[in-house]
Amino acid sequence: MLLFLYFPIALLFLFSFSTNTVLTFPLRGFTLDWYREGFGDSALLEAARNSVVVGIGAASVATALGLGVSIAVSRFRFRGRLGLIALAGLPLIVPFVVLGVSLFLLFNLADLPRSLFAIAAGHTVIALPFATLILLARMGGLDPALEDAAMDLGATYPITLRRVVLPVMVPTIISAWLTCFIVSFDEVAIALFLAGGDPTFPVFLYGQLRFAQRLPVLIAMAVTLTVLTVTLTLIAFRLGRRKE
Amino acid sequence: MLGRRGALRFLALPPYVWLAVFFLVPLLLIVAISFRPETGPIDFDDPWTFTIAQYERILETPAYLRRLGMSVAMALVIATAATVLAYPIAYFLAFRARERAVVFLILLLIPFAVSYLLRVMAWRLMLGGEGAINSLLDWLGVISAPIDLLIYSPVAVVVTLIYVWIPFAALPVYAALQRIERGHLEAAADLGAGPWTRFWQVTVPLSLPGAVAAFFMVFIPTVGEYVTPSLVGGTEGYMYGNIIQDFFSQAASWATGAALAVIMLVLTLALVAVALRLIDVRRLAS
Repeated sequence: MLLFLYFPIALLFLFSFSTNTVLTFPLRGFTLDWYREGFGDSALLEAARNSVVVGIGAASVATALGLGVSIAVSRFRFRGRLGLIALAGLPLIVPFVVLGVSLFLLFNLADLPRSLFAIAAGHTVIALPFATLILLARMGGLDPALEDAAMDLGATYPITLRRVVLPVMVPTIISAWLTCFIVSFDEVAIALFLAGGDPTFPVFLYGQLRFAQRLPVLIAMAVTLTVLTVTLTLIAFRLGRRKE
Repeated sequence: MLGRRGALRFLALPPYVWLAVFFLVPLLLIVAISFRPETGPIDFDDPWTFTIAQYERILETPAYLRRLGMSVAMALVIATAATVLAYPIAYFLAFRARERAVVFLILLLIPFAVSYLLRVMAWRLMLGGEGAINSLLDWLGVISAPIDLLIYSPVAVVVTLIYVWIPFAALPVYAALQRIERGHLEAAADLGAGPWTRFWQVTVPLSLPGAVAAFFMVFIPTVGEYVTPSLVGGTEGYMYGNIIQDFFSQAASWATGAALAVIMLVLTLALVAVALRLIDVRRLAS
């Protein structure tokens, strides 16, 4: 079963090093030309850079908001507590095409241009459930007595959060941030509705896929960026599992 | 000095505000826009009028409803197949992999981290007329002419999306299997239940919440898909999401597109409401 999951990916990986322009057997010569061409393509690199910017923005906001949700929900009883959990999870059950359309219309109504900011705003919404789930799981396992002890010793609540809770949460925060970054970096269905002149990498890729002769270069660059996201995923996984 | 209650405002208010602006308001906005009369791009300076003309137009177009039915059917097949195929992987991880579980979990996460478009492209290249499967079969002498049916069909969309979602579907199933008390299985064994009985009578029922969660985590994004169908589906494999997208690009009738999106939203929310009755939400939230 795992082999079945890897076979198509392995095939693409091989294809990106082959002189073939269509994926046929047997694969012919070995080449790095596609990679060389990819790294020399400024539009492509620009799109990759845009994706990184959007990913950093979306991940930072989503993680900060998710941290707020997870502390509020795990440490306080207040009116609207269940509402907050539900609201933070709700983006998971709205199809992306619906969210993409709604944000497209929102930006039109507000007379704001479609832009990287619009994409990042959309990605914040879909990344928030992931950030909240990851952070809430860790906050739930953290003994509230730790905070009580700090406050008994005279720390104010904000100082307790900053000096006691945050340091313990750092690995989980990084794990949540990386997860959000990857969710944003790979997202195309919402981004297609919100991209203005500057495309993110998946939007650029999607737009170029119809040109068959561009395919090997695109695949080569997508493979390169995938190596990046896989690495980040493994780091997130490692940090997420670390037990104190 | 800022007390605990004061801090709560700083913690809970920003997420509320952010989600209100970029999530709730936009969703209410498409509902409002779906009742506007325009059949082209909308000038928002025009007065807001109320009409159900968009919905009437959609209901009078059997092609839209047929696509909706087809998309729901495809998503059902995809979500079911992905969950069923993910189950043995999750089972292996939870019960058989033992100390190597982490290694296999990582092996499962890697395909999931591979770019979604890349995984879809892999299938386009494999299923295509000059693709890997056809050329491999040709090379092996099994066929003499390429099989055209492989790509640009609903089947291609279904196969591709099942593949895309298997790793994701395995995660909630794995989480549910891990929570099963080993004592329950031992107790069943002591009472004389064989391996099959134990699996069907103990393991499967206890893992059902995870499987239902997996099903819906695949079903919801799939029912609104438009990217994969546009890459491997051709005109036959066109889904309801593609129709929505069309109304914002070529055809550009935003109010009609909004009404189509509202129909999809209501349908998904209704299905989730059913699912929440099946699995205990409060336990997942705690």
